[in-house]
Amino acid sequence: MNSAGKALAEFVAEGTEILESLGKELLVLDQQRGVEPEPDIINGIFRAAHSLKGLAALFGQERIARLAHQSEDLLDRLRLGRLSLDDQVLDLLIESLDVLQALLAEAAREESSDALNERVKELGERLANLGTASAAADEDPLDRLELDPQVRSVFTEYEEHRLRENVRRGVALFRIRAAFDLSDFDTGLTELNVRLKPLGEVVSTLPSSEPGGLSGIAFDLIFGSRVSEAELAAKLQGTPAQLFALTVRPSAAALVPVGSAPETPAAPLPLALPPAEAPAAKKTTRRKPRASKTGAGSSTSAEDVAPADAPLVKASSLRAVEPVVPALPASDTSSLPVVRTLTEEPVAPRGPKAESESARSLTQTVRVDISRLDALMNTVGELLLIKANLQRMAESARVDAGVTLSKVWGQDLSRETRQLERKLDALQEGLLEARMVPVGQVFDRLARLVRRIAREVGKEIDFVIGGGDVELDKLIVEELSDPLMHIIRNAIDHGAESPEARLAAGKSRRARVSLQAEQKGNHVLIKVSDDGAGIDELGVRELALRKGLITEAQAREMSRRELLNLIFLPGFSTARSVSELSGRGVGLDVVKNNIGNLSGIIDVWSERGMGTAFHITLPVTLAIIRALVVGVSGRTYAVPLNSVLEILSVKPAEIRTVERREVLDLRGTTLPLMRLARVFNHPERPADRYFVVVAGLAQERLGIAVDELQGQQDIVVKSLGGRLQGVRGISGAADLANRRTVLVLDVGALLEEGMSSERRRA
Amino acid sequence: MTSKILIVEDSKASRELISATVESIPGLEAIATSSGLEALKLLPQHAFALIITDINMPDINGLELIRFVKTNPTLRDTPLFIVTTEGREKDRDRGLALGAAEYLVKPFSPQSLEGLVRRYLKLA
Repeated sequence: MNSAGKALAEFVAEGTEILESLGKELLVLDQQRGVEPEPDIINGIFRAAHSLKGLAALFGQERIARLAHQSEDLLDRLRLGRLSLDDQVLDLLIESLDVLQALLAEAAREESSDALNERVKELGERLANLGTASAAADEDPLDRLELDPQVRSVFTEYEEHRLRENVRRGVALFRIRAAFDLSDFDTGLTELNVRLKPLGEVVSTLPSSEPGGLSGIAFDLIFGSRVSEAELAAKLQGTPAQLFALTVRPSAAALVPVGSAPETPAAPLPLALPPAEAPAAKKTTRRKPRASKTGAGSSTSAEDVAPADAPLVKASSLRAVEPVVPALPASDTSSLPVVRTLTEEPVAPRGPKAESESARSLTQTVRVDISRLDALMNTVGELLLIKANLQRMAESARVDAGVTLSKVWGQDLSRETRQLERKLDALQEGLLEARMVPVGQVFDRLARLVRRIAREVGKEIDFVIGGGDVELDKLIVEELSDPLMHIIRNAIDHGAESPEARLAAGKSRRARVSLQAEQKGNHVLIKVSDDGAGIDELGVRELALRKGLITEAQAREMSRRELLNLIFLPGFSTARSVSELSGRGVGLDVVKNNIGNLSGIIDVWSERGMGTAFHITLPVTLAIIRALVVGVSGRTYAVPLNSVLEILSVKPAEIRTVERREVLDLRGTTLPLMRLARVFNHPERPADRYFVVVAGLAQERLGIAVDELQGQQDIVVKSLGGRLQGVRGISGAADLANRRTVLVLDVGALLEEGMSSERRRA
Repeated sequence: MTSKILIVEDSKASRELISATVESIPGLEAIATSSGLEALKLLPQHAFALIITDINMPDINGLELIRFVKTNPTLRDTPLFIVTTEGREKDRDRGLALGAAEYLVKPFSPQSLEGLVRRYLKLA
């Protein structure tokens, strides 16, 4: 890769990381709609946009820099309390993220489409025009806080705003001084932050140049506390921290006339109510006015050297302040946003991790190109072959009477080979783990898509996500995005009914679309379901007949499930109206192929009036697999062991034919049988016994008849090129230990073949 | 004899650009960190000829770092540059008031940074 290509790859990689964290933070905001957002989250999003802007400008990516800058401006107004966070603002931010991702994708391909340029321009205008600056306040609450001007001079605009907000809401403010040794102050400071975080907001951390000792450094933390002073003091027991109260003078407006009721703000809650909008007579704060404290010692500056004895605490000047929790509006579904994203896992607490991460992430995480991992995986594959050969040599040395080797040498060789095997297993496992990423990466992106689609089609959706921490191979996760997007689009576009139709059907107004991942041994099951209208299988049959996809005779013999599966046929589409979502000539057949390319299988369940569910079963990895080596008509094939359920030994007489399809009786159930020789048109050999490999994925079962079993082996599957690429039933090729190259069966495709063979024969 | 320059910037790409620009000047060595706290650890370990810091950082902000340096008897004479972005004039002005010598607006050209470094370190 040349240096320009390297620079671009570096930019795309860092940009992707930033956008992923931005997406996560926005999802948290989305999940907490109606609740006042944590200032830290808003600030985190602002910082991400800020970083992206700087990064894009540095690499000459003008479009990304411009849009990131416009988003940053909006976020800046948001975090400084000049704009309220409502649905419109959040939707616009999420839309910006989508466009930024599209821009990054174009940048990676070194493209620049007019359509996207137009969208950037239009979005930029909307970002700039959203919200209006609040009127200047009559009084700056910060002026009421007794703080050394020297200290105030080091607050950034944002820190000042947070401090102002705390004063305005009547939150008790403290200066917490802690001295540490120079060698480990960061650890001490992190521990202190861990204690403080649940109790309030650390507005600023001021390093002091007057440390408490020769080799020490002191910090003053300006802290807005949600708990009483006594509780705070108790929580700080055992730390080097000393607590000092900061005095806040009451505002003129706090002298509320008796009898005036506090105002309850309406949702959506602003991050900060501009003072101009809060008339003096209607203060939201419930804090009682305090007598002004003046006099020596009441004003404390960060530069005050802490006294050696008990810290200065003014019980008289500070009382426990009940945090002001604004009331939420009464639950009224009609006032809910168009889309709510719900998660079945608790949102990760935003604790001190972020602080320690910022300094450590550079040393703890290494970005590796997946192609490098592929290359390493190939090396492991070759080592596995060498190991298998060594095992074979050791074994033949042990049993071959013609080879005269000392017994001790033979034992040594066997022992070393076993040792090598263990180490190789560990290496292989480590490499596989390195390729694993949480499937939630894709889920987060899809959550944003749901919002956009729902808005376009006028539906109200609760989008439920679960199992985002289930891990899959990076390559599989990347390939999952499009098929899942398509299925979710279908769920919203065709599945979910309009709010009116749902109410008429006696359902709740809001449709529920759910996306769940679940680990099932060495497979992952991904379910996309909705509680919408379901699929009308008779409508499906009618359409399939009209399009000539099936004959009348076939249709008559089809079970309900087989009828439902017709939606996966090429050329099938139930879309009555051509929308942006469903009229692009891409059908579920493409989705099925994409899943098939990942050695996965897709299945559909539907109940009219109740909803639809798509189940996608995928292997955890495609990189390296354990395979069963089988022989048929003198040829060798590998069957991925993760889809092998059991192996039977069957006499030809046990094979029955039901409705022109060969089957076996397996413990009372009928198992469809497929002879591998016939699938690939090999000459069949008469045999008095077959081995039947029972393969299964999801709910499907199939017996694959072969002539011989040759053992198990770890293989690295390589994709096929040229003429073999499109062969149905083959997923790739692999080298075996004896240096032979064999074809690897695509069990998912064979299962499909087995299911549809009846229809073809009909 | 090399002079060491401390770079405090949480954006990896910016950090690398500043480091590369600094190290393109013969006799200068860049020591870079992404966090203000890490910078506080590095300050007593080396005699820095110059400090270049961003303002908005996740742990302690650049203004606090400037104040710390300028109120510390052993560090106060070290020249200090702020790296800032447009639209943050208030923060930039505060940095200058606290004793920063210069500011650079992102995105800046390597030439402009190199010119400033050479001028303050009196390099030809």
